[in-house]
Amino acid sequence: MSLLKINGLTHQFGGLTAVSDFSTEFHGNELMGLIGPNGAGKTTVFNIISGFYKPTEGKIMFKGHSISGMKPHSVTSLGVARTFQNIRLWHDMSLLDNILISQHYNLGYNLFDLFVRNRRYMDNEKRMKSIAIKLLEQLDLVQFIDEQPKNLPYGIQRKIEIARALSVKPSLLLLDEPAAGLNSSDVQELIKLIRWIHKEFDIAIWMIEHQMAVVMSLCSWIQVIDFGKTIAQGTPEEIQNNPAVIKAYLGDDKI
Amino acid sequence: MFDSIIQNIFNALQWGSFYSLIALGYTLVYGVLRLINFAHGDIFMVGAYIAYFIAIFFFKGSPALSGTTTLALVIPLTMILTAVFGVTLERIAYRPLRRKGANRLYVVITALMCGLILENGNLAFLGASRKSFPELIDKVVYNFGMISMTNLKIGVILSSIIVYFILNTIISKTKIGMAMRGISYDKFAIPLMGIPIDTIIVVTFILGSSLAGLAGILFAMSYPILDPFMGAIIGWKAFIAAVVGGIGDIKGAFVGGFLLGIVEILVVAVFPSTFRDLIAFSILLMILVIKPTGLFGVAKSTKI
Amino acid sequence: MKKFSVPALFIFIAVGTVVAAHFEMIDLYVQTIIMFIGVNIILSSSFNIINGYMGEFACGHAGFMAVGAYVTSILNVMFFTSNKTFGDPILSPELALWFFPVTMIIGGIAAAITGVLVAIPSFKTRDDYLAIITLAANFIIVSLFINMDTLGGPRGFMGMKQVLFAMEDVVFIPWMLIWTFTFTYLVVFLIRRFVSSTYGKGIIAIHQDEIAAEIMSVNTDKMKLVAFMFSSGLAGIAGGLFAHILGYINPNSFNILKSTECLVMVYLGGMGSLSGSIIAAILFTLLIEMLRFIIPAADTLLHFIPLIPDTFHLSQVLKWVIIPFILVILMQFRPEGIMGNRELSDFFPKLKKYYEFK
Repeated sequence: MSLLKINGLTHQFGGLTAVSDFSTEFHGNELMGLIGPNGAGKTTVFNIISGFYKPTEGKIMFKGHSISGMKPHSVTSLGVARTFQNIRLWHDMSLLDNILISQHYNLGYNLFDLFVRNRRYMDNEKRMKSIAIKLLEQLDLVQFIDEQPKNLPYGIQRKIEIARALSVKPSLLLLDEPAAGLNSSDVQELIKLIRWIHKEFDIAIWMIEHQMAVVMSLCSWIQVIDFGKTIAQGTPEEIQNNPAVIKAYLGDDKI
Repeated sequence: MFDSIIQNIFNALQWGSFYSLIALGYTLVYGVLRLINFAHGDIFMVGAYIAYFIAIFFFKGSPALSGTTTLALVIPLTMILTAVFGVTLERIAYRPLRRKGANRLYVVITALMCGLILENGNLAFLGASRKSFPELIDKVVYNFGMISMTNLKIGVILSSIIVYFILNTIISKTKIGMAMRGISYDKFAIPLMGIPIDTIIVVTFILGSSLAGLAGILFAMSYPILDPFMGAIIGWKAFIAAVVGGIGDIKGAFVGGFLLGIVEILVVAVFPSTFRDLIAFSILLMILVIKPTGLFGVAKSTKI
Repeated sequence: MKKFSVPALFIFIAVGTVVAAHFEMIDLYVQTIIMFIGVNIILSSSFNIINGYMGEFACGHAGFMAVGAYVTSILNVMFFTSNKTFGDPILSPELALWFFPVTMIIGGIAAAITGVLVAIPSFKTRDDYLAIITLAANFIIVSLFINMDTLGGPRGFMGMKQVLFAMEDVVFIPWMLIWTFTFTYLVVFLIRRFVSSTYGKGIIAIHQDEIAAEIMSVNTDKMKLVAFMFSSGLAGIAGGLFAHILGYINPNSFNILKSTECLVMVYLGGMGSLSGSIIAAILFTLLIEMLRFIIPAADTLLHFIPLIPDTFHLSQVLKWVIIPFILVILMQFRPEGIMGNRELSDFFPKLKKYYEFK
């Protein structure tokens, strides 16, 4: 059974077809890339997988469950986590709370336990807190634990968002332009981080990225879409030399 | 039966006109500032009182003009003074908050408080005795079979329709109107295009408040008893009408106002009059549950 | 030690007040004000769940209060007193004392169920549309009670004093004062537990970024439902207390003006600050009562100087000019309210040594 299998995914906004007949498959823990010019429909694919849009047509199977049309929080509980193009952290809460709230899929207690503060509540709160601290230690973020994300540098915020996504123990991590807005040394850090996460957490990663250096050095398989249609897929070398991709990015040379 | 239906429709259109004129003011301000101007109902009340004082001055006071002349003076003067009042309110209460970049909700609360100040200030300083508006024009009753209508009712309905079309032209044809529509799409881009945002806001308040002033005159002439809280309940209702129409859209406010008028009158025609608010609001609530953005509102999608 | 300092302080104040009231050291007027402070604390802190922590703009809190007030009053009057509408008491009046908390909670549950009606539309809408839904709900609830003739219609419903007398027949101590203290503490305590848990922080996440909350496995619909039910249920309890303190209610005491009072208290205290809500409720109640004396005094003074003509008198209505005016001024200089979104211990870190309230 494959981890994620998308078949014939199509999505229309009114009359506009944002994604048409998109298919892909994750067998195990690959690190794949999704690239394409601006407005090609890459983020829409991610939004459909994570449950924000219901696809017009097509099937999405994740670990054998059909997840098309599911609510985002249920999709996340199944093990799909994601980050956003423009960072969406809860900026007025401490870093610890940012990670803790992401444990909502696995609270282990109900409202009654909360009000009476029984054993179950205390144990679960303690468990969640230790998970959060362990994760922050692993990612070397623990020194910011009481800081609010809005007061931290942009590069750290990106890293926090990835940490938060990892806190739901995903099997598939969707990264939407993780390198956007980072300078070149931050980008090198990010490449190392993603490679490390892929190995350490043993999860599948699918990333949208515009910086070719990132995609080409990380991904084993790349899919290119333009105007919602898949125009090429293959290994980084194949993609670099594919005429259709060059045309989509640079335009036709016959003017 | 048929006659009473026609009669009721006329009454509904008259009330719809009041609601529409006020709802337009709500919607204009909301469209530009994303601010629910909760004091708007009380601007309507202030308009009615301004009209009252001007009318008393010219009609009963030393100039002792004829009713028609007085009316000809009351309409423009009231509209201008109410507009000045609305702009002043924006200047002293809302603008400083906006400049500081305060949370939108705090501006809304300020508006709510200004409304309370106006209502109770009026009650405290002008006293609890109700003012009765002088009869400026002679009532002419036209009878068509069982249906009777007065020149006043027809005047109210006609003026609200005319005002709507004038406003529509301003919004869609003039430069300032285009800027107003532009702000509701992107308030950050407008100042970058070299359009002075404060001017647009002032114009918005002038338009909205003068319409409330006009509604005040028409209301005072139709129901000549003024009291300080007359604006509160009509204002809340007009706001609901504006939201049901799709707030931020002037067509929505216009239609929503008339819709509310019709629903209310029809409810009263069938049920006891104490059920008016209950049923009218339930219907409006159902419309909102089925179509959460109102009749003409467009859902705003957040970019993910 | 730290854990017990807040309850100890509270018990000290509560017992002190009750004893003072019992031995008639404080008169009924002062007692009523203290009870109103309690009711207002419940109202503002429960409303803060929706308008502060969750960041929605609801404005019909008084509607839920009305539901609680009516349900509790009807139950108590029906079961424990003889009344024209409901006839003889169903249970022995002495039991009123034991069942009073039960009826309060039933009133709260009824209000919570009404809250669902508002919560469900809130799944799809936010902001101004939600404002209008809650506003309309407030109108509808008030109008519903106006049209129920068996409950007195617009004239209102009374007989709750008899319930109180029934309680006092068992043991003669100021029961309402005791109940108000108990419920106020309980409500604040529950809210504190709720918002300091990971579960409850889900609503703060919705406030700050709803999309992020949804993607990070927070079931936003469920959280909104819980928040609305919790908040309106507590408002119902406030309503029940309010009804029994006054001894009579009429639908118009729960109109938009009452909701506006709740809004004022929440924003005066600061969105998302529990201690802010409590401080605001106390200040607000005291201010209203103080103006009751200040206005006639100012009137006499101004006539004495004489600054204003003899024919004109400052009326009590001015209260509702002065309070909004103070709030408008406050908004200009401190738009985030008294406390912002911080708690007392964030303002005075030294206090952390003396208390811990979780």
